[in-house]
Amino acid sequence: MLNVLDDDTMNPVEPFLRSDRMPHIWCPGCGIGTTVNCFTRALIESKVDLESLALVSGIGCTGRVAGYVKLDSFHTTHGRAIPFATGLKMANPNLNVVVYSGDGDLSAIGGNHLIHAARRNIDLKVICVNNLIYAMTGGQTAPTTPGHATTSTNPYGTFEPAFNLPALVDAAGAVYVARWTTFHVRQLARSISEAFAKKGFSFIEVISPCPTLYQRRNKMGDGLDTMKYYKEKSKVKNGAPTGEVGLTLNGEIAVGKFVDRDRPDYQTMMRAQYVETLGDRYLGDTSNAEVETECVCG
Amino acid sequence: MKADPHGVLTGTHFIDGDHACCEGALAAGARFAAGYPITPSTEVVERFAARVPTVGGSFIQMEDELAASIALQGGVWGGAKAFTVTSGPGFSLMMEHIGYAAMTETPCVFVDVQRGGPSTGLPTLPAQADMMQARWGSHGDYEIIALCPNSPQECFDLTIKAFNLAEEFRVPVMFMMDEVVGHMTEKVVIPRADEIEVVPRKHTKKSVENYLPYGTNGDMVPEMAHAGEGYKFHVTGLTHDERGYPNMTPQTQDKLVRRLQNKIRSAEDRICLFEEDRLEDADVVVVSYGITSRVAQRAIDMGRSRGLKVGKLRLITAWPFPEKKIAELAGRVKAFVVPELNLGQMVREVERAAAGKAKTFAVSHAGGGVHNPEEILNAIVEANRC
Amino acid sequence: MAKGRVSIVVERCKACGFCVEFCPTHVLALSSAFNSKGYHPPHVVHPEKCSGCDLCGMYCPDFAIYGTKAADAKKEAAAQKATGGEK
Repeated sequence: MLNVLDDDTMNPVEPFLRSDRMPHIWCPGCGIGTTVNCFTRALIESKVDLESLALVSGIGCTGRVAGYVKLDSFHTTHGRAIPFATGLKMANPNLNVVVYSGDGDLSAIGGNHLIHAARRNIDLKVICVNNLIYAMTGGQTAPTTPGHATTSTNPYGTFEPAFNLPALVDAAGAVYVARWTTFHVRQLARSISEAFAKKGFSFIEVISPCPTLYQRRNKMGDGLDTMKYYKEKSKVKNGAPTGEVGLTLNGEIAVGKFVDRDRPDYQTMMRAQYVETLGDRYLGDTSNAEVETECVCG
Repeated sequence: MKADPHGVLTGTHFIDGDHACCEGALAAGARFAAGYPITPSTEVVERFAARVPTVGGSFIQMEDELAASIALQGGVWGGAKAFTVTSGPGFSLMMEHIGYAAMTETPCVFVDVQRGGPSTGLPTLPAQADMMQARWGSHGDYEIIALCPNSPQECFDLTIKAFNLAEEFRVPVMFMMDEVVGHMTEKVVIPRADEIEVVPRKHTKKSVENYLPYGTNGDMVPEMAHAGEGYKFHVTGLTHDERGYPNMTPQTQDKLVRRLQNKIRSAEDRICLFEEDRLEDADVVVVSYGITSRVAQRAIDMGRSRGLKVGKLRLITAWPFPEKKIAELAGRVKAFVVPELNLGQMVREVERAAAGKAKTFAVSHAGGGVHNPEEILNAIVEANRC
Repeated sequence: MAKGRVSIVVERCKACGFCVEFCPTHVLALSSAFNSKGYHPPHVVHPEKCSGCDLCGMYCPDFAIYGTKAADAKKEAAAQKATGGEK
């Protein structure tokens, strides 16, 4: 059911949704749905071919995005969206592969894969929704939870430093690094479009409210209060050194496009190496066999 | 269909099991592998890394086995036949993703070149102690197929079989080698491509509107689509319905996991391969697999030359376990002798399937070497006294 | 005539308040009505001020509201008629 109203207009996001699965499970005031709006606007704006787009997610609230978008989508295991996406891209280099997952999934259990994919500059567009917590499982500390926050596994407050994700992926080699919040809807959509125009490892962090757990336990109000905090405390610092954009509890949020550079992506380097060393003997990176199967699509 | 000639190194070779396994994968049509080095399996992917650019495909060494075991599945959904290789410690790391492959019905092959364990164990020495893990290593109810080669030639032939079974049943197949089979060098004959039968991906021919990613037409194995073909399907490890959508109810769970089980169990007769020798008049049957079966053969021959009526049942398919064959034999033999390079794993299955109708004698070995034929012969002699 | 108009999918709304807060021209307010889940969805209080910018649509985490420009709405209607109205 695409058009849920009697009138003759349609929400731009609707064709991208599995409408038969609405309403979704995200809480009132959660920002994940907002990021999906920005994502779909970017797809429209960039004229990305939806048939060759694949979306891969991990486990967590953000991981559920894969199940709600009408694309070839893969809801994989905790922390492993990036290596799965790498395999997809290796077997079919024509795919545009997006990884859409949360901060805990990507930087804790998935941290190793995050840094290696950035190092290799695998051509992936990674959207990391950072709600500073493990939300799905009930509000445990994440590597991104700011110091002195209260969580279910730090009931007396956290005492670890948090990851500065832009700095992490910048140091690992990402070619595009940006951070916005769910308040910055237009800028976020634009950043996602910019990532689609780039080849290589792009990482866009989106700070998002978790009203049910993170905000509630830390007396930060509801989703709307948090959005107002984002509006008030965000400072656009395009090009800022990523080492300086760490987050603190209730502190300033540096947003903007921090890194935008060019270096050859993994597959470009791989092919160049094989061509140089093997010459004509190199038969390419996908199967040369006759199409083993037929499919009737659409 | 016939094998793609690009991947078939026709000829007579003198290579070890690891190398033969790689050639088997290429002959079967594997064009993507994601690996991580671990002794004694590494040579399989080292050879693949050298060969595949000249065949048409790619290899990536991932940062760990967790990544390798899921990257290969991304490769499958991107359209390739794909596999990985590992040994004990890596096999343990891959367990979650073996379960993911079973749950999402991703056809693929996991090669385990078994070595001494547990933990770091004996990296360069053989064992057969991952056999139960191959079957039960991941959480939840699922089925897998496991094959056990006992020679470099079989490392070639049965790898093709492994890929074919994976595609036919949309299931991860465990290729259970061991360090000796992997590192022994023997003659391996690779035939012409047109002499090799290869099972293609069970790809759907339905239109986008009519395609159900996990719908079946009564044969229990759904048709597959690949990313990038316009089907816009969803794959999840959550319990799902025929649309592939998460549907977490007891009813959907029952329907799904029973089908995952039945699609293998109902085809057991076709999947279970074994080799028989002199079973017709046997009083004692030696049940073995992998490198141990080579030693067992010597013990059986020695036994026969002493007048003992001993026969051989070599498991080529370890899982699903050939219960019916064991049950049938149990009705007419005195005992089973089960030598393994472990402290008793497949012997439990033999005992279970025999259901007390025949005795079972385990010839266990902690690993690190192979049995002496005399050890197995002694067990045959003892079993014969029943 | 207003430059735009808002469409609201009442049943999807969870009353987060984003649309009300971030509409640049304050077109919306939470209504006193309930949807079937017990949430108060927004309603249009100043239709004449709507520009059709669709910021409400971009903010809404529940895909429950969107704005269209009046010119677009007319164009859409014409396009719908031309293609036989199937979406």
